[in-house]
Amino acid sequence: MYYFAELVINGALTGLMYSLVALGFVLIYKSSGVPNLAAGALVMIGAYMVWLLSSYGLPLFVSILLGLAIMFGLGLLIERLLLRRMVGQPIIMVVMLTLGLEILLRGLGPGLLGAAPKPLDLGIGLAPIIVGDIFINRSYLIGGALALLMIGAALLFFRTRLGTKLRAVSDDHVSSWAVGISVERAIGVSWGLAGIAAVAAGVLWGSVQGVDWTLSMLLFPAIAVVILGGIDSILGVLVGGLIVGMLGSIIPGYVDQIVGGGTRDVVTSLIILITIMVRPYGIFGREDIERI
Amino acid sequence: MFYRLAGVHHTRYQSARRLWPVPADRWQVLFLLALAVVAPFFLSNLYLGSYLLPWLIWSAAALSLTLLMGTAGQLHFGFAAVMAIGAYSSIHLVRFGVPFEIALVGAGVTAAVIGSLFGMAALRVKGLYLVMATLAMQYLVDWVIINVPAISGGAQATLRTPTVSFLLVPVDSLVSRYYLALIWVVLVTLFFLNVKRTSFGRALVAIRDKDFAAAVIGVDPFRTKLVAFFTSSFMGGVSGAILAFAYYRAVTPEQFSFNVSIQLVAMVLVGGLGSAVGGFLGAGFVLLIPIFLTNLVAWLAGAGWIAISANLIAHVPLMIYGALIIGFLLFEPLGLAKIYDNIRKYFLVWPFRHSRS
Repeated sequence: MYYFAELVINGALTGLMYSLVALGFVLIYKSSGVPNLAAGALVMIGAYMVWLLSSYGLPLFVSILLGLAIMFGLGLLIERLLLRRMVGQPIIMVVMLTLGLEILLRGLGPGLLGAAPKPLDLGIGLAPIIVGDIFINRSYLIGGALALLMIGAALLFFRTRLGTKLRAVSDDHVSSWAVGISVERAIGVSWGLAGIAAVAAGVLWGSVQGVDWTLSMLLFPAIAVVILGGIDSILGVLVGGLIVGMLGSIIPGYVDQIVGGGTRDVVTSLIILITIMVRPYGIFGREDIERI
Repeated sequence: MFYRLAGVHHTRYQSARRLWPVPADRWQVLFLLALAVVAPFFLSNLYLGSYLLPWLIWSAAALSLTLLMGTAGQLHFGFAAVMAIGAYSSIHLVRFGVPFEIALVGAGVTAAVIGSLFGMAALRVKGLYLVMATLAMQYLVDWVIINVPAISGGAQATLRTPTVSFLLVPVDSLVSRYYLALIWVVLVTLFFLNVKRTSFGRALVAIRDKDFAAAVIGVDPFRTKLVAFFTSSFMGGVSGAILAFAYYRAVTPEQFSFNVSIQLVAMVLVGGLGSAVGGFLGAGFVLLIPIFLTNLVAWLAGAGWIAISANLIAHVPLMIYGALIIGFLLFEPLGLAKIYDNIRKYFLVWPFRHSRS
């Protein structure tokens, strides 16, 4: 029973950290309809950036702030240089462009900064928190809390003036133009925000598993979160993250001993497949109604 | 190329409907085929075995995928898994004592059945969701292969291919393996070119352009998509088997990982969606250009022209490959096939610029 509770709690906390990665996907999809398959690579680059800045001797707090600014700029730059030229192209082109970006970044980051995993110490400490008989991973706890905070901030952000503009753009590009909203700038801002989410996710995951290229593999659970929660819903990211995290912790916790490991990817794949078969637009997503 | 259309006047439908209606094109294809047939006699083993042979097999795989992605418009990001199913089932069939020729067909059928099972699951959705569903398929198939010892021979194991004979000729030397690959790629190319001239091929194109509209004019979208998945997976499975027997000769699950799927999609896109020439050019480009450029960078670094670390050199292929995909999508979305076509059109009326089409 304690084992089960431990799996649930730690799974939920990891799930929250997955949702932080997924947030970068949803923000962009919501505003521009672009599936950002480079989300994992952006998380990796964000973590590398913070590590690089702090390796120059800057305090961690300052380097995270600087990293946020740099990644915001990088997000804007990617949108301006690459994605804006793909407007109106078929979805396969856009998907492949973001995948190309992911491959490029996966080469650039470890290539320029070294492939060996880099430690990123947030000063959290490794000792688990013990509640009764349950062991809770301390960095997961802080990561989960921060993820919750970020998602809450994102939800609040969509109630501000700029957020309202973004929501208008996600509803309809042409009508947003008609009422004087700069669609290009709104999509750019959403890429910048995705960059910020990427730094947050990168720092948290980097402190858990070290900074190297494997951070970009967070893309896969993030996709499961996004598909399950609904591809254009912030609330869906939260719920989807919790479900993916818990299932991805409980099922391997019991099944791994029988089949010999690695079931987490299977659970993630099955979540994607079953969601797509049963309810393609996810729990909170908007159903696509196609015009003939 | 040069004035190849000059003096070609078709007077019968039969001649206008031929596979290559223009004699110059026919001669060009025959010339290339002859070149490929005599290649073992003038190419060194290095070029034959490590460049030409993989190029041919990957071209066959890219053509199988472009039938699905380019002609039928169904995106597939798990094609390496299909090839893995083909490779592993052919090896196990041969080990059971099934003749190689039948094992190849068996590999294709196994891959096609499993591939269209996943296709069936994915056929309710399209576009991005289809990408995600096939991506999940890739991970599932990978996991099954790695974790079922009966298939992979245990975790971290490599499975050596047994020696086989194809149509009474033993497939063991490099030359015989090369000819096996050549036969398969010629078959795939002929099939691909001819499928576009059949009613099935036209149904595929109708589905690609708009499936609702295709349903209105009497094409059953579900059936057509399923047959497209089946055909393409069959060819992919046999290509995987040929790849295992003629090139790798010892297979591991990593040879068919998710990155290989991306590589295949990159081949199709860089070559040009739905084009036979594009399949060949794309496969060659994606396979060979990173090797060539990495060698160039390593040579420059070795000669002291630029100073880069060994770690950076190790990551250069990945960067080049990513940059290639981005560059093609931005500057020539129709791929190498379009560039090839432009060059041919330019020379069609050269040097008379005024009538350039």
